Amino acid sequence: MGPRVLIIGASLAGLRSAEAVLAAVPDAQVTLVGDEAHPPYNRPPLSKETLAGLVAGEAALDKLTFRHRLAEDAVTWRLGVRALSTDAARQVVHLSDGGVLAYDWLIAASGLRPRRLALPGAEERHVLRSVDDATRLASRMRPGARMLVVGGGFIGCEVAATAVKLGLSVSVVEPLAQPMLAALGPEVAAALAGFHRACGVDLRCGMAVTGAEDGAVVLSDGSRIGADVIVEAVGSVPNVEWLAGAGLDLSNGVLCDATMTAEGSDRILATGDVARFPNALFDATPRRVEHWSIPGLTARRAAETIAARGAGVEPPTRFAPLPGFWSDQHGLRLQSFGAPGLGDEVQVLEGGLAALGRLPCLIEYRRAGKPVGILGLGAAPAALAQHRARLERALTETVAA
Amino acid sequence: MNIHVDMSICLLHGQCVIAAPEVFSFAEDGNLVWLAECDETLRASVEAAADACPEQAIVIDG
Repeated sequence: MGPRVLIIGASLAGLRSAEAVLAAVPDAQVTLVGDEAHPPYNRPPLSKETLAGLVAGEAALDKLTFRHRLAEDAVTWRLGVRALSTDAARQVVHLSDGGVLAYDWLIAASGLRPRRLALPGAEERHVLRSVDDATRLASRMRPGARMLVVGGGFIGCEVAATAVKLGLSVSVVEPLAQPMLAALGPEVAAALAGFHRACGVDLRCGMAVTGAEDGAVVLSDGSRIGADVIVEAVGSVPNVEWLAGAGLDLSNGVLCDATMTAEGSDRILATGDVARFPNALFDATPRRVEHWSIPGLTARRAAETIAARGAGVEPPTRFAPLPGFWSDQHGLRLQSFGAPGLGDEVQVLEGGLAALGRLPCLIEYRRAGKPVGILGLGAAPAALAQHRARLERALTETVAA
Repeated sequence: MNIHVDMSICLLHGQCVIAAPEVFSFAEDGNLVWLAECDETLRASVEAAADACPEQAIVIDG
């Protein structure tokens, strides 16, 4: 019998980890534990087409569930079960149903959960991470209803755009000076703020929510916004509590090296949103990357590591996945490659930020004069693909240098 | 191996063009084009393209 590989988390990172481990170590005994009852499904549409579809009465999971290449009995599925704690010395994980699973290799693919606000006076507040969250939120989204979104990050902006399209009256409250500021930088974020306003969103930046009473939310400047539906979109918290006491660095996700091995235990690896790892394309700083492509890339990496160590050889130490994200807001496609958030300077390569939503716009982000990211706003996919290739070459040269 | 892309859900992210440029590409007019039939030697990159598709629009037959 091959090694016992226990994967905690049965979303995209868990699924891809299982597939990659079985491809690299065909006789591995893989168990997938997931706290949701649903088999792995795709999350990005939840704030966009799925939310709109649910409001229109369509089923969600038929479209979202991943088609995968795992044979029926290739892995043991434990869905609807949470990991509670880990005994790294005995190499076992305790589950919420009382079960105890032993492992030779443990992969943390436990992802994130929404950060919650303390907001007494507003009992029903929504978040958006799971399909069940989306179903609950959709049931409250009636045309003409007043929606208040707390947090102007990507999820908040996408939900706001979807709600405007469905005929809700939408306000977004963002504590920073612009929406999506950390990811896109001040110039682009300011242009997108104008775009959201032009599309009908009541966007209030530099403002915090301080309380709620009588169906209204109170902001830090004392103003009030009436709200029938409140959505919290204020970021995420890594699900790592079940690893406490395992001797790992859990200060922001699971700190890993470039082989996805957790610092503190050579038997524990991490993949997906929860993994904090260094990327040779940028620098030695380990970061969590909440991009859709990262679960697949880190899963393959973790599987290579398990296969190599199982064969008694050291895995390669260089890991340089090119990040990429996209978003759809009011019909405008944002697509990025690299790490725009690391840039200290932007240059508009095509179009202009003043014509956002009317003309395609391509922006390059640079750090210390060198390209670190590319962003398309309504740009043609073919043009973006070319710039992506150029960016990857430039970043790879930086690594080589 | 047959490759099918469900164009009713494809949103032209272009991830397949990146993962398997031998199979997927953008035409002059910006539309996605791909080899409907391709050789077994390309299976790994076609599977990588199917995995990388954010809309999960690529189906591999056979």
